[in-house]
Amino acid sequence: MIQKLDLAVRSATANLEREVRGGYASDLLSDVLAHAEEGNLWITLQIHQNIVAIASMKNLAGIILVNGREPEPQTLEKAEAENVVIMVSKMPTFELVGRLYRLGVTGMRL
Amino acid sequence: MRMVRADLHVHTCLSPCADELMQATAIVKQARTMGLDMIGICDHNSAENVAAVVKAGLREGLSVVAGMEITSREEAHILALFETEGDLMRMQDLVYKNLSGENYEESFGPQTVVDEWDRVVGTNHRLLIGATALSVEQVVDAIHERGGLAIASHVDRERFSLIGQFGFIPKGLRLDAVEVSRPSSIAQGYGYPVVVFSDAHFLEDIGKSFTCFMVENLSLSEIRKALCNEMGRKIVVS
Repeated sequence: MIQKLDLAVRSATANLEREVRGGYASDLLSDVLAHAEEGNLWITLQIHQNIVAIASMKNLAGIILVNGREPEPQTLEKAEAENVVIMVSKMPTFELVGRLYRLGVTGMRL
Repeated sequence: MRMVRADLHVHTCLSPCADELMQATAIVKQARTMGLDMIGICDHNSAENVAAVVKAGLREGLSVVAGMEITSREEAHILALFETEGDLMRMQDLVYKNLSGENYEESFGPQTVVDEWDRVVGTNHRLLIGATALSVEQVVDAIHERGGLAIASHVDRERFSLIGQFGFIPKGLRLDAVEVSRPSSIAQGYGYPVVVFSDAHFLEDIGKSFTCFMVENLSLSEIRKALCNEMGRKIVVS
C-alpha cells in the first residue's frame, strides 16, 4: 500500500505490518473520536500532536496526512513514543481515499 | 487611570494538555515574577480550578479573572471571561450539558482539581479535550447572556482557531475581541479589537505575551471599556 500510493512514512517504521481494517477520513478530532474504529486508517490534514493521542486511544492502524502536510515535531516525538504510524501523501483527501478504496480499504463494513 | 499588564489566557493542571505544575500558588507566583497585574484562568471546557487561583491571587494581590476556553462544535476555541464566579459557573453548567465523553488519561493527560494551596482535591473525568455540541454563535450568545466577554482564541494559529476552522471569522459574529499569539499579528486588522495573551500551558510561558490596558482599576468591566475605547480606557500597543 505504501508503495502503490507513494506514501512517505514518518514514524513507527517498525509497526508497518499491521492489518488495516477500513478507513476513516475527517479533520474534526471529536468526530474521529466518536466514529473511527479500531484498525482504521485515518486520513486527515491535522498535524497537531493530539492526532497521536486519538490514534493510540482508538487503536487505529495509522494516520495518513494529505496534501504533503508534515507532522509537527512534537507530533513525531509522541508518535515514536506511542508507536503510531504516521505517513504523508502528496494527494488531497478525495483522491487518496478513492485510491485506497480501489485497493480494497472500505469505509464501512460491507 | 493606570496601566495594567494582563495575561487573560492561562491554563491550569485541570487542562489535560497543560503541565501538572500549573497549580494555584505556582501560577500566581510566576505571574507576579513576570510583572503581571491581572491574569485570566481559562481551562478547556471547565472552570473547576478558577476558585483556587482566585483565592491564591487574593493572598498575593494579583487580580484573577474567572474564565474558560470553550470548544465549539466546529472545534474553534472561544475564551469566555466573566465578572463573577457565579456567572462563570452558569456557563460551565451549559458547557457540561453539551459535552459528552470521558477523559482517557493515558492518551490526553490528567485533569487535576486543586485548592488554593495546591493540594489535589480531585480529578475531573469529563472529556475536556472534546468539543461541545454548541455552535460558535451559540457559544458567543451564551457568554453574552451571562454577562461575559467572548474572545476568539489565537486566531493567528491554524489549529483550533476560528480562522483555522472556518477560513475566516463568520460574518456578524458578536465577538468582543480576538486574541493573537504573536504581537506581529496585531497589524492584520481582524475587524475586532485585538489582544495578545500567552495561552500558557507551562509555568514558564505565563506572561510571555500580555496586553497593556489603560484603565481605572483591575476589573473586567474596565477591560470591557478598554476594548470599546470608552471614556479614555484603551488598549495600549507597545
